[in-house]
Amino acid sequence: MRVMVVWCPDWSVVAALDEAGRSNRSPAAVLSANVVEVCNGPARSEGVRRGQRRRDAQSRCPELVLLPANPDRDARAFEPVLALVEDLRPGVAALRPGLLAVRAPGSWYGTETAAAATACQVLVEGGVWDVRVGIADDLFTAEQAARTADVQSWVVVPAGGSASFLRGLPVHVLQDDGARGRDLVGLLQRLGLRTLGDLADLPGDAVEHRLGSYGAEVRRRARGEDRALFAARTPPPELDADVSFEPPLDSVEAITFSVRTTAERFVDQLAHHQLVATGVRVEAESDGVVCSSRAWLHPRHFGARDLVDRVHWQLQGAGVGGSLRARKQSGTVRAPIDRVRFVPEVVEPAAAHGEALWGAASDDLVERGVARVQGMVGFDAVRRPVLQGGRSPAARQSLVPWGERAVDLRPVDRPWPGRVPGPAPVRVFATPPVAEVVDDAGREVCVTDRGVVTGEPRRFRVGSGSGGQGLPWQPVTAWAGPWPTDEGWWSGGSGPSARFQLVGADGRAWLLLRAPDGWSLEAGYD
Amino acid sequence: MSSARSVTPLDPGRSVVEQLRERMVAMEGRTARQPVATLPGLADLVTLEAGSTYAVDSASLALALAAGASRAGEWIGFAGCADFGAEAAAELGIELSRTVLVPDPGEHWLEVTAALVDVLRVVVLRPPASVDEKTAGLLDSRLRTRSSVLVVHGDWPRVEARVGVEASDWDGPASGTGHLRERRARVVVRRGARPPRREDLTWPGVHRVEPRVDRQVREIRRASG
Repeated sequence: MRVMVVWCPDWSVVAALDEAGRSNRSPAAVLSANVVEVCNGPARSEGVRRGQRRRDAQSRCPELVLLPANPDRDARAFEPVLALVEDLRPGVAALRPGLLAVRAPGSWYGTETAAAATACQVLVEGGVWDVRVGIADDLFTAEQAARTADVQSWVVVPAGGSASFLRGLPVHVLQDDGARGRDLVGLLQRLGLRTLGDLADLPGDAVEHRLGSYGAEVRRRARGEDRALFAARTPPPELDADVSFEPPLDSVEAITFSVRTTAERFVDQLAHHQLVATGVRVEAESDGVVCSSRAWLHPRHFGARDLVDRVHWQLQGAGVGGSLRARKQSGTVRAPIDRVRFVPEVVEPAAAHGEALWGAASDDLVERGVARVQGMVGFDAVRRPVLQGGRSPAARQSLVPWGERAVDLRPVDRPWPGRVPGPAPVRVFATPPVAEVVDDAGREVCVTDRGVVTGEPRRFRVGSGSGGQGLPWQPVTAWAGPWPTDEGWWSGGSGPSARFQLVGADGRAWLLLRAPDGWSLEAGYD
Repeated sequence: MSSARSVTPLDPGRSVVEQLRERMVAMEGRTARQPVATLPGLADLVTLEAGSTYAVDSASLALALAAGASRAGEWIGFAGCADFGAEAAAELGIELSRTVLVPDPGEHWLEVTAALVDVLRVVVLRPPASVDEKTAGLLDSRLRTRSSVLVVHGDWPRVEARVGVEASDWDGPASGTGHLRERRARVVVRRGARPPRREDLTWPGVHRVEPRVDRQVREIRRASG
């Protein structure tokens, strides 16, 4: 079996830059716990390396784009790449985000070189700029071949040539094997073994004694004897179901009656794979052209009856030109329908939908309901509130997109000196509106460098006075503060600022921030 | 969800058919109204009933109405509340891991609310636009079949009760000293044509002001002039 490995270098950076909408030519690094995890080519040429601390990396390359690590995002961005390769040759295995393996599609494309070239071309056309392909007898050799290839290029190791190809490689290629790989590289270098060939020449039992089972495994790989297989993912089965009418039908009732068995077949077919559909697209064709197509979502999952209902609603809606058309006509469709198709858009394992013995689990129900909302307004419009540490109310919470893990949260259990005491505000403005606070004489209230308030706040209003569209002035009945903070001075923050609690004449309290560039309304105790 | 949970054994002393019929009526959701858990401090003033809509005029009242159900282990949601204060919600006892937030539903806010009502027990909505009677009626029937509660922060055509803050006062801050400690608010509940009910509540935590304490405070105030 020949193996083709497709490698997209620095995939985390590529995915993160793509998500941030930035050019992939700018130097960038993905950081985890303030240590560079992955960096891209432009950053490497400036001297940024994996394992460097953030400030070291920034001192070498001040314009470095810093990106947070997010394994979910990397895997999500890699899914289209898998699909592209799957179109060429089924049986793709995703080894990790950025690296995939597939049985080499040889004879169909003529030669293996032609197959590798086709894969490169398809991926580059699909928008993946940096892609390298390696083909060899086994997985390890193919991966190393892909790593030696140039951008948008390929290396084909001939059959039986794995050992001689690997001989010349330096031992530090094992570094990509995680922590134990890095340990082994250090040991091998201290032992004076520079290339994989040196390791392969040693006797097998001696290597196993000195380096353990992992070392023996590496030696087997270096000799080209590794027969590790990869678990290819099975492409999703074809689950569409359709029914043709001859002659074409023009009555909704007749169509609804005729699709019943097809709907049952569709549901059975899914059940055979232990799946249920929660989203189905119903397509109706007339004269070979799709004349009505609509996606339907179900809060639980579709049964045959539900599907028949959806067909009825859809065709009835499509047939009626306007809602004022006579009721009599609403039973006929605009053009005779000769084909109805059910396409499952969202399928889920049936086990997740099984009724529990004591009633359905409501958490699953909520998950599916939220998935429907996400379908309407977008993936990141549904949020989950999470608490974190911080000084301002806005910094003390985080709204995480539903279904994603919260990353980089500040710890809550630290003292956070300078935070405002008292009950937490009920309304926290994500973008604080501009405000104005004046004293008796109508001068703007300021805070000096030493934290002294220049005048007692008497009146305040939301909105700026220059544009003239501020809300009316409100007298201050009580106030407390200031709570001075100076956050982010190390990264060019807004400078020293102070927070105040003001109680308006209507009994509502507000939290305002006095920054060097003016007042803003941060939160409300409504 | 709840119908499965609240099934109780039949009373052997009465006719089985009669009891089953009662249960059917309850499932149809016309007459029998199931109560939804409400904070103990609010319980005397307003008790949420499944399938009803309530209007409030302040964000803290909306949080307080939703908090009871969340404390009782139900899922709740907030639609259109872009300025959701997570810490204040947690202080009221709302379990944030069972809270769904759609901060900005955009033009689809009505569909989003309907979808949330399907699966959540209490949904707090701040409508970005006014709604007509017909749309509200559609949402009402959805609420009844799913036995959920809609709390609208804003204007709504037909509601079970309107809960509002008439007057509020903060303890704690003086001129530059102290900090916000306790809020005392007179909350008024208006139900249709019935006379409004008023009660004094204190935040944080939503507690009733005991009349005895209230009198003491008034006496102290009178004594101090």
